[in-house]
Amino acid sequence: MSEQVWPLYEVFIRTRGGLSHRHAGSLHAADDQMALDHARDTYTRRSEGVSLWVVRSDRIVASDPAETAAFFEPAADKIYRHPTFYDIPDGVENL
Amino acid sequence: MYTQGLDQAEKKEAGGAGKESAEQLAAFQARIDVEEKIEAKDWMPEAYRRTLIRQISQHAHSEIIGMQPEGNWLTRAPTLKRKAILLAKVQDEAGHGLYLYSAAETLGVSRDRMVADLLSGKAKYSSIFNYPTLTWADIGAIGWLVDGAAIMNQIPLCRCSYGPYARAMVRVCKEESFHQRQGFEIMLTLCRGTDEQKAMAQDALNRFWWPALMMFGPNDSNSTHSAQSMAWKIKRFSNDELRQKFVDITVRQADFLGLRIPDDELSFNEATGHYEFSEIDWQEFFDVIAGNGPCNKERMSKRRKAHEDGAWVREAARAFADKRSAQAA
Ligand SMILES: [Fe+2]
Ligand SMILES: [Fe+2]
Ligand SMILES: [Fe+2]
Repeated sequence: MSEQVWPLYEVFIRTRGGLSHRHAGSLHAADDQMALDHARDTYTRRSEGVSLWVVRSDRIVASDPAETAAFFEPAADKIYRHPTFYDIPDGVENL
Repeated sequence: MYTQGLDQAEKKEAGGAGKESAEQLAAFQARIDVEEKIEAKDWMPEAYRRTLIRQISQHAHSEIIGMQPEGNWLTRAPTLKRKAILLAKVQDEAGHGLYLYSAAETLGVSRDRMVADLLSGKAKYSSIFNYPTLTWADIGAIGWLVDGAAIMNQIPLCRCSYGPYARAMVRVCKEESFHQRQGFEIMLTLCRGTDEQKAMAQDALNRFWWPALMMFGPNDSNSTHSAQSMAWKIKRFSNDELRQKFVDITVRQADFLGLRIPDDELSFNEATGHYEFSEIDWQEFFDVIAGNGPCNKERMSKRRKAHEDGAWVREAARAFADKRSAQAA
């Protein structure tokens, strides 16, 4: 096993026009083109997609699960961002 | 099944548990208990991580080695249609191996490590793939019984507590039902054919029935590791429960085919609504697991040769990538 390791890529698939790309899994490839080819063969053998994105896993910047509570905390006390915060009297329509 | 609870032996090695506090463990179990999914970067007990790495990598190795018995018939499939179908099925199994290796990698084990463990014989794979495929009917029996047993085990794994494994299983399960159906259809075609063809189907069932039942692993009474896996919701049903379910549905399918299950003691119990069957030959099971099945050596040497023969391709791809990135720079 003295061979160099191929980098890891994450694969995202758009299943149909109009939908966003969604994470499908990951794979190893020597380069970007091979990552795309492998993604097609590995994740879309049954026409699961109309568009593929591959991105090297080490280029993804992710939030830290251990910091989840603190990281998302600023949103927690802003309930006025939700429409249900507002009392609208009966009789007012289309609002 | 593909992992067969083979992990008991390594259970004792558990070091490092000391640094995990009771609070951490309780908080983790609480997440599991409310059906939260555990994701790659979340805190998890070392034993949970190790159990999953072992189970997922064994599952992946099984998919990869599992290509060999069927690959044996690719060039000899009876029609072009069957050949195309078998090729697609074997390609799916390679895909399953890749999804699973990726899922295992999220737990911090490298692909190279897993491949090395398979090639050195350190890692295990399912006992079922150490049986030979002697006739075309064996390809039918494998799809029907082996993929059938795999489905039985993999459907509950779609709800496994570890997110990346569960998601890989969803993808796998979507593909497996084609595998089982094409196998059943091969059996059906043979059973509706000449007497010799039907006899060939019966012979395949005779040889694959017991190994297929062994896929579910040891009896619950001998499967001490199961309780922890159940508590962690890696496993949802016991080996014996899944095996019983498999027997119950498969006996009826064999009836439809007009084939006889090779078990003189098989009988339907009206009271329980289940079929009762003979004791499995556990000695055979443990022999195959220990490396002494009919094809263990052949499977391993083929896998090693395939890996070695592919070395120049991997090197060339790497060199090409390096050259291209140098040109771009
Ligand atoms: Fe599979
Ligand atoms: Fe599988
Ligand atoms: Fe399969």
